[in-house]
Amino acid sequence: MHFFRIHIVEFIRYFKSSQADSRLEEVNMPPQTLDQILEGRRSQPNQLIEVLQDIQKNYGYISKEAMQAVSQGLGVPVIEVYRVASFYKAFRLKPFGKYVLTVCMGTACHVRSARLLLDQAIGQLGVKPGEVTPDGLFSIERVNCLGACAMGPIVVENRSYHHHMTPGKLRKLIETLRRQKTEENQNV
Amino acid sequence: MSRLNSARELKHLRERLREQRQSIITTVMICGGTGCQASRSQAVIDAVGDELSRQGLDNSVRLCVTGCHGFCEQGPVIIIEPGNIFYCQVSPEDAFEIVYQTVMKGEVIEQLLYRDPVSGKSFQTQAEIPFYRAQDRQILSQNCMVDPCSIEDYIVAGGYSALTKVLGGMMPEEVIKEIKSSGLRGRGGGGFPTGRKWSECREAPGDEKYVICNADEGDPGAYMDRCVLEGNPHLILEGMMIGAWAIGARKGYIYVRNEYPLAVKHSRIAFEQAHECGLLGDNILGSPFSFDIEIARGGGAFVCGESTALMASLEGKVGEPRPKDVHTVVDGLYHKPTTLNNVETWANVPSIILNGSSWFASKGSRGSKGTKILALTGRIKNTGLVEVAMGTPIDTVVFDIGGGAVNGKLIKAVQIGGPSGGCLPVDKFDLPIDFDALSEAGSMVGSGGMVVMDEETCMVDVAKYFLTFLQDESCGKCLPCRVGVDRMLEIITDITEGRGKPEQIGLLEELADTVSQTALCGLGKTAPNPVFSTLRYFRPEYEAHINEKKCPAGVCKALITYWIDPDKCTGCRICLQGCMHKAITGRKKQAHVIDTQLCDKCGICRSECKFDAIRVF
Repeated sequence: MHFFRIHIVEFIRYFKSSQADSRLEEVNMPPQTLDQILEGRRSQPNQLIEVLQDIQKNYGYISKEAMQAVSQGLGVPVIEVYRVASFYKAFRLKPFGKYVLTVCMGTACHVRSARLLLDQAIGQLGVKPGEVTPDGLFSIERVNCLGACAMGPIVVENRSYHHHMTPGKLRKLIETLRRQKTEENQNV
Repeated sequence: MSRLNSARELKHLRERLREQRQSIITTVMICGGTGCQASRSQAVIDAVGDELSRQGLDNSVRLCVTGCHGFCEQGPVIIIEPGNIFYCQVSPEDAFEIVYQTVMKGEVIEQLLYRDPVSGKSFQTQAEIPFYRAQDRQILSQNCMVDPCSIEDYIVAGGYSALTKVLGGMMPEEVIKEIKSSGLRGRGGGGFPTGRKWSECREAPGDEKYVICNADEGDPGAYMDRCVLEGNPHLILEGMMIGAWAIGARKGYIYVRNEYPLAVKHSRIAFEQAHECGLLGDNILGSPFSFDIEIARGGGAFVCGESTALMASLEGKVGEPRPKDVHTVVDGLYHKPTTLNNVETWANVPSIILNGSSWFASKGSRGSKGTKILALTGRIKNTGLVEVAMGTPIDTVVFDIGGGAVNGKLIKAVQIGGPSGGCLPVDKFDLPIDFDALSEAGSMVGSGGMVVMDEETCMVDVAKYFLTFLQDESCGKCLPCRVGVDRMLEIITDITEGRGKPEQIGLLEELADTVSQTALCGLGKTAPNPVFSTLRYFRPEYEAHINEKKCPAGVCKALITYWIDPDKCTGCRICLQGCMHKAITGRKKQAHVIDTQLCDKCGICRSECKFDAIRVF
C-alpha cells in the first residue's frame, strides 16, 4: 500500500464509476447523520481523521457522497480526503458483509498458526481479505494485532471474540453462520 | 463531583473518601480488560453483581471492575481482598459460590484456584503464583486496585498527589532534573533519555508547546500500552500534566489506536472526570498552571508510531514521516516544540516525582533504570503481561514466569521488540533485558513484545512474516523502504516456496544493509532487523530451505507433507470427515492414509486429531 504518489488514475476511476452503493439502504438508520458528525468541526482541516472515524463507525464505510460532504464541510480538497481515507487501515471504501470475520495476524497469533485460519477463511468463502462475498453475507478482514495476544490465535466475528481458534473451529463457525442466515430467511 | 480549587481540597476529598470506604469489608476485583472480555468476563461481572445485591451486600462489599491484571491466559480473573484470593477461569455459574462461600464465609473454593501447569500445585493467593512472584509490578499492580472509570478510586489510591507536589513548590527545572537523574528512558522503543528530551523541549524557543502521549501501539504482539491506558487512564493524565508543567505546554494530545475501543472509552471518561474536578482546564487546583488534553483516534497505520508521522496524522494529514534534521522537540506538531512520550513512559512519571529519582534509579541495570512491562506471548505456558526490573535475564522471564514450552516442545528463540526487533536464540537467554545489551545482540527492547518460539516455528517464515507486515505498512515515501523491503520479501518468498538459490543469502544481506543505512525513518531503518537476526543466528534453517528444499519446523507449505502416523492413528474417522479435499481414506478402527496429491495442507486434520497422529515433515 504505497500512497506517496497518489494514484490519481485510481482516484478518478473511483469517483467516476457509476456503480451505485446499492446496499446503502440495507445499513440500519445511522444514529448520527453526516451533518451531526460535522457539527462543530466545520472549516477545521485537522479534524479530518476524527470525522472519517465517526463516519466509518456510523455507516460502516466511507462512501463517495460522504467524502464530498466532508470535503466541503472541512474545507479540504476531495483528493486529500480520498488520500487520507485510502491511507489508513481504519477506513473502508466499500461496505462490509453481514458477518465480518476479522483474523488477527499479529506476531503472537502468527506463531500459533493464524495463517492457516486466514487460508481457511479465504478457501471457504472464496474472497480475499477486504472483499465481500457476492451474496453480501461475509467479508474477511485481516488485522495486524488486536492486543489479545495471550488468547491467540483470535478470530472476531462481528463483535464476538473467538480465542484459541483452529482451522476446524473456524470452519464450524462459518457453517453455523450460514445456517443462521438460512433459518432467518425461512422464518421471513 | 465538584471542582477542586486547591491542593488542600484534593487532600480533604481523599480523606473523606477513605473514611466513607471504611465500612467496606470486602472488595471483589474482577478484570474487565480486553483479554478477559474475550473470555466473557462481562457475564461474570453481571452475575457477581446480581448475587451481591440478592444477598444484600451492596454496602459492605465493593465490586470493582478493574483493568488488565496481566494473566490473560487464565481469564476471567477475580481477586478478593482481604486475603488476596485469586480465582481464575471463572464462569458466571460460579458467582453464587464465590459470594456465598468466599465473600460471606471467607472460605476458599479449591477448584477455582490457579493450578500451576509445571508443578501441578494450586495456589491460594495472587502473590504466591509463580507467574506473579518473580515480577516487580510497579505500574501493573495499580491496575488491579482501581476502577478505570472512577476518579475517586484513583484519588483514594493516592492519585494526583505527585501533581500537587509539583504544583506546590517544584520549579519546572527541578522536575526535569529529577526525571534526568532517575535515568528514565523512553519506553516506546528507542530508549531516548526522557529528561533530556524534556529539557531540550523546554529550552526550545516559542511560547506554544505541546505534549503528546503515543498510544498508537501498532507493534503486533505487544499490548502493554493498551493495558495501562485502559486500566489506569488517570495515571497517564497525571504524568502528562507533570510533563506539561515541566516543559511549559498548555495543550496535550493522546493519540490512541482505534482498534482499542476500551482504551478510547476509558481515556475519554477520565478526561471528562478530570475536567469536572478542575484537574484539567484553566488554573488547575487554583494554581496559575493551565493545561488541556485532546483525545485523537489513530487511523491504524504502523508508521504513525514514528514521531513525525504521528504528528502529521494529528494534524489530519496522511501519516508520512519527514526527515528529522531538526528534532520534534524544536519543530514538532504544527511546527511548535513538542514532547512525545509513550504511554508507559508517562506512567512512570508520577511515581518518580513522589518517591524520588533515587528510588527509581535503584531498580534496573546500569544503563536502563526502573521496570519494563513485557507482553509475553507465543508458544509458552503462561502468557500475559509481565513487569520486571530492567536487567532481568531473558531466562527468568521465559522459564520462571512463562513456565517454559507447551506440550514438551523445545523453546528455540524469542522475538523481542516487534517488527523492528530481532530473534534471539536460546543460548543468548542469559542476556539481560536492557536497552544496550539487547541492541548489541541484534535485537532491541522496543515496546516490549516478547514472542516465544519453539521447534515448530520456522525462522525463515518469521522473517517473511515481518517483511510482509512492513511491506504492507510502509508509507512508500522513501525508495529504500518502498522498494528494498519489497525485494527482500520477494527473495524470502522464493526461499520459502522452494525456489531459493544459495547466492540469494548474500544478496539478502547486502540489500538489508542498504535499506538500514538509507531509509528515511525508523520504520525503514529497522525493517531489515528480523532478516539480520534470523540470518545471524538461524542460518542453517535458511540453508535447509535452499539446499534440501525442506522446512525443518514444518511450516512452509510448499516444502512440507502431511502424514499419518499409523502407530498413533486409532481410525476414529474425525480427520476423514473433516477433510474438505477428500484426501484422507481409511476404514473405521484402522490407520488412515493421506493422499498427498489431494492434500491442500489446510491443517484441519491436524487441529482436530486428538491422538497427535498427524505429522508434518
